[in-house]
Amino acid sequence: MIALLLVRTAGAAGTGIGDLLSHPFMRNALLAGTAIAAASGLVGYFVVLRSQVFSTDALSHVAFAGALAALAAGIDPRVGLFAGSIVVAAVIGMLGNRGRADDVVIGTVFTWILGLGVLFLGIYTTSTSAGNGAANVNVLFGSIFGLDFGQAALAAAIGAGLCVAVVCIARPLLFASVDEAVAAARGLPVRALGIVFLALVGVCAAETTQAVGALLLVGLIAAPAGAAHRLTGRPWIGLGLAAGIAIASMWIGLVASYLDGSMPPSFSIMAVATAIFAVTFVPRRRATASARR
Amino acid sequence: MALADAGAALTWNVARDFTQLFQFHFMVNAFRAGTAVAIAAAAVGWFMVLRRQTFAGHTLAVVGFPGASGAVWLGLSAGLGFFAFCVATALVIAALPQGAGRGSGDESAVIGTVQAFALAAGVLFVSLYGGFLNGVTSLLFGSFLGVTDAQVVTLAAVATAAVGALALVHRPLLFASVDADVASARGVHAGLLSTIFLVVLGVAVAEASQVTGALLVFALLVVPAATAQVLTARPAISFAVAIVVALAITWAGLACAYYSPYPVGFWTTTIAFATYVAARVCAAPAQRAAGLRR
Repeated sequence: MIALLLVRTAGAAGTGIGDLLSHPFMRNALLAGTAIAAASGLVGYFVVLRSQVFSTDALSHVAFAGALAALAAGIDPRVGLFAGSIVVAAVIGMLGNRGRADDVVIGTVFTWILGLGVLFLGIYTTSTSAGNGAANVNVLFGSIFGLDFGQAALAAAIGAGLCVAVVCIARPLLFASVDEAVAAARGLPVRALGIVFLALVGVCAAETTQAVGALLLVGLIAAPAGAAHRLTGRPWIGLGLAAGIAIASMWIGLVASYLDGSMPPSFSIMAVATAIFAVTFVPRRRATASARR
Repeated sequence: MALADAGAALTWNVARDFTQLFQFHFMVNAFRAGTAVAIAAAAVGWFMVLRRQTFAGHTLAVVGFPGASGAVWLGLSAGLGFFAFCVATALVIAALPQGAGRGSGDESAVIGTVQAFALAAGVLFVSLYGGFLNGVTSLLFGSFLGVTDAQVVTLAAVATAAVGALALVHRPLLFASVDADVASARGVHAGLLSTIFLVVLGVAVAEASQVTGALLVFALLVVPAATAQVLTARPAISFAVAIVVALAITWAGLACAYYSPYPVGFWTTTIAFATYVAARVCAAPAQRAAGLRR
């Protein structure tokens, strides 16, 4: 499908893939997108391993409310985005297993947090008469083509830092995730590791919101990691694979949206990631069938 | 929203406030639609909470968004899109093997991805339709403006059908929800019941989405039922309480949104959250006393 798109739009519009990098918005998107995708792939690998996809979903609601709260207060939405996600992630981590609430409580609390986001949206749009009506949509669904160089460079730096942090704690975290009891018996600070990891998930959620938006960030974190978990059981290869699939989804998605302007980048990135994840369900069955033979 | 210019201002004269609230036809329609939706959502939501299928409800709501935005893009009504996609997804969930709900690791990655992809498809339709920024907000977070007479009739008819279907199967459904194994041993067709319930749930989610928006359906679907089940364990009474709570949330939310510049989605979720917290706080001493007696 993408190859078809490439041919069709490249022929029709005359903006071929060649002068892709001559546009600053595209360079910024690729710079920020690559770092964000690598970070969400690495973080996502552990999120799926530790079965914390729903905590990530919860963080996406907080990211939305936080960004709009910052906008309503008249400050940079990224401040609210990062502050909200990291604080709530740390709180979820500290509650730990004791605070494992049921579906009803989770649903009620996070619906209310979204409602608060809507309130901040109302304040923002009514208080600033010349308000940016697209701000809400940008927070919800991302605006990676709208990043200027400063924003892209900062996002890339934070993304790179996140990757380094995950790789640094990867070994103990892996141990603690696979067998918590044994890891604790061997003297690993399991609880502290869990809180630090969730704080990193918070940073990652705030980063990913800038690329694909608060509503879709779960997909970019879960889909490449889910695919990597299906493809290999070896942790280090899996980590690399998750990051690689995320980066590939990001690049293919960005190029597809560049060539066909009617496709929002958030959609094409998610579509590629979802397609790759879907593909991992097909050959696996054949492989196990032939292995049984 | 922003009805101050229409002369709506809250005064100490309660009677005058009430006439003011209903002086516009769109507001009367909003209350009519809200009433129908609240009854259907609370009735279906009560069984949903009992059956621990809140997660299915969430998935249905998320899938409603691309349905609605796709319908708008094709020039159809958003309501039609909500109904078509929610019911179709309900049938898909019913066809999935048992236990394919909320799992760990791999499974939750699949669910997260499917939901994100559904929302992404919604973004695509919005973008294809072009220039639709306020529409996105009302699809996701609800709107009560511009409900037509025809829509009120549709919402009321569908709500009646959903509640009617629930009334027909309520006894075996209650049995199967409370104890599935014993119920199927006694000859209750649990699989068929589950499918029927999921379709009714899809209809209720589609109804609620049109008032609260796709992302905030829990305010009408989960909270009234959860509040009622905190307050009493007796099925008939808690069912009635759920419907009363849902009506109170909807009516109060609409009235607050009318008199304030803030959106209805904020008011309904906040009132719902406050109601649930109040119920938990009130029930806590009673529960502690019951625990001591045991």
